[in-house]
Amino acid sequence: MSAFAAMLAVFRKEFRENLRDRRAVIAALIMGPLLGPLVFASALSLSIERNTDEGGHVVTLAVVHGERASNLLDYARQYGIQTEAVTYDDASAQRAVSQQRYFMVLSVDGDFSSRLESGQPAPLTLYADASDSSHARDVSRVRAVLAQYGSVLARMRAIARGMDPLVLTPVVVHDVDVSTPASRSVVALGTFSYLVLLAMLMGGMYLAIDATAGERERGSLEPLLTVPVKREHLIYGKILATCAFMTVSLVLTLTAFAIALRFVDLERFGMSVNFGPLVGLEVLLCCLPLVPLGAALMTVVASFTRTYREAQTYLGLILLIPTLPLVFASVLGLRPTAALMTIPSLSQHFLMTSLLRDEAIPASFLGLSVGVTLALGAGLMFIAGRLYHREALLG
Amino acid sequence: MIDATHLKKHFGAVAAVRDVSVRAQDGHITGLLGPNGAGKSTTLRILYTVLKPDSGDAIVDGVSAMRDPLEVRRRIGVLPHSAGIYQNLTARENIAYFAALHGMSRTDAQTRTRELIQLLEMDEFADRISKGFSQGQKIKTALARALVHRPRNVLLDEPTNGLDVMAVRSLRRLLMRLRDEGHCVLLSSHVMQEIGALCDQVVVVAHGTVVATGSPDEIRGTTGEANLEDAFVKLIGSGEGLA
Repeated sequence: MSAFAAMLAVFRKEFRENLRDRRAVIAALIMGPLLGPLVFASALSLSIERNTDEGGHVVTLAVVHGERASNLLDYARQYGIQTEAVTYDDASAQRAVSQQRYFMVLSVDGDFSSRLESGQPAPLTLYADASDSSHARDVSRVRAVLAQYGSVLARMRAIARGMDPLVLTPVVVHDVDVSTPASRSVVALGTFSYLVLLAMLMGGMYLAIDATAGERERGSLEPLLTVPVKREHLIYGKILATCAFMTVSLVLTLTAFAIALRFVDLERFGMSVNFGPLVGLEVLLCCLPLVPLGAALMTVVASFTRTYREAQTYLGLILLIPTLPLVFASVLGLRPTAALMTIPSLSQHFLMTSLLRDEAIPASFLGLSVGVTLALGAGLMFIAGRLYHREALLG
Repeated sequence: MIDATHLKKHFGAVAAVRDVSVRAQDGHITGLLGPNGAGKSTTLRILYTVLKPDSGDAIVDGVSAMRDPLEVRRRIGVLPHSAGIYQNLTARENIAYFAALHGMSRTDAQTRTRELIQLLEMDEFADRISKGFSQGQKIKTALARALVHRPRNVLLDEPTNGLDVMAVRSLRRLLMRLRDEGHCVLLSSHVMQEIGALCDQVVVVAHGTVVATGSPDEIRGTTGEANLEDAFVKLIGSGEGLA
């Protein structure tokens, strides 16, 4: 019997059996492909909304003893800051912020007006939670308005004393922001790559476990090893079936992304808006070389484990592996180089990103990514084949 | 015909098989009898080529298991100790999978599967998903799977484990039928009655070595015991591990 026929027989059986396994099907066809794009698209939409509705947004500030600084509060109201009078002491003000009754409490100290009148620094106390990122924008807006009020007063004092208010502005800084919408979307694109790669790996995970640790646990491995087929051909057939599940997952995920992203205003994130069939196909082709590598990696790891549960634990960790390069890439702001294109998952991330940004990437980079990833996959498949020759396999 | 000579197998510091020679002839049922941990399963695993012996060799129909394990596998049908089947496949699909792995054509596999389903009286559950099969139904499926490529030699590791009386009887009938058709049947067991009722030849194994060989009558004769169980206890030197 030819090696190919044997692998095909194993492939067919694993594919068919796992299509009947609810857990494998849910992971491959539903979890990754649907959840990823859905979460991604709704997170993007939310963040776009938050960025856009900033202008007309009214901020409510809790104020203790507002009567001591009525001019200040009038000034703040002109800039869209509503005030609400509260009666807190120091401790209860802190509690109110930490329990999120108010995101910010402003307390006007007793000697505020007397010190203001005598030209001394007049104290205000501001309670805010620096770790509450959802209100960070509002907090900085309030601070800016307070600082602005201060500088207006300073200028008026200077004029009253016959000074040119310009002396109070010795330095002027001009900000030139060269970031493009594309470069600001590093995090969003990193998330996209990760969700695609995660869904792809997850699609094959249960099959990889079932075909190795599961097979051994059920006691069907030993009979299988008594058929006249070389052990490496058995495992290659299983890896191929894992690849098939992963490919199906990948295609579904990209299709779902293409549909979900039509409902998101992508231009803000600098993605090429037509994430249409062609870009989708190109992204698919970039990711495909990673399929055998992922399948072989999961199979090798699952072959070492004794039980289904143990395999599940280890493969859960494997799912994190593709995140590591992506995290480094976004934290360090890495740009594609020849050396980096030899790192699987990172190189696919770069390829996907440049496709989505509609940027050109050198053909040599593409070649490196495809070549190295395929070679590593082949190497791992060979190792998986060798592992199946160990006698310890039977347990 | 299986002829294994001076098999030896260690796992780390543990000697599982020290020196076992077994000859199982065509048209005979040969029993490998011994207490738990005597080395029966390891011996069978060497014979069906999933383990390689440290020394010694098993010759199956003239083919060496050491030199050409794939050819040996074509000539044997195996029911291992843990004869697990695929739970998400039907009994028929389980059998067909092994037919495909043995390189049988689709039509040949279909005919042979039908034949075995009839022979083993599996019609009632042949097309059900195996999840939830009784132990007897599982063993039948595994047995049909082992016989699908019409092997000349059949090796079974404790085949009656977990079977009820009816299932044991029908298994016994099947093994006798295989013998009468000229097959070489080799099975291991620690159940005395089974060996006594079924085997033409018995190889008694204890602590990894063969302590007696012969027909049940011969073994009773050499030990001077009228009862096979007493003979067995005398041979292995203790009553440990008997069922």
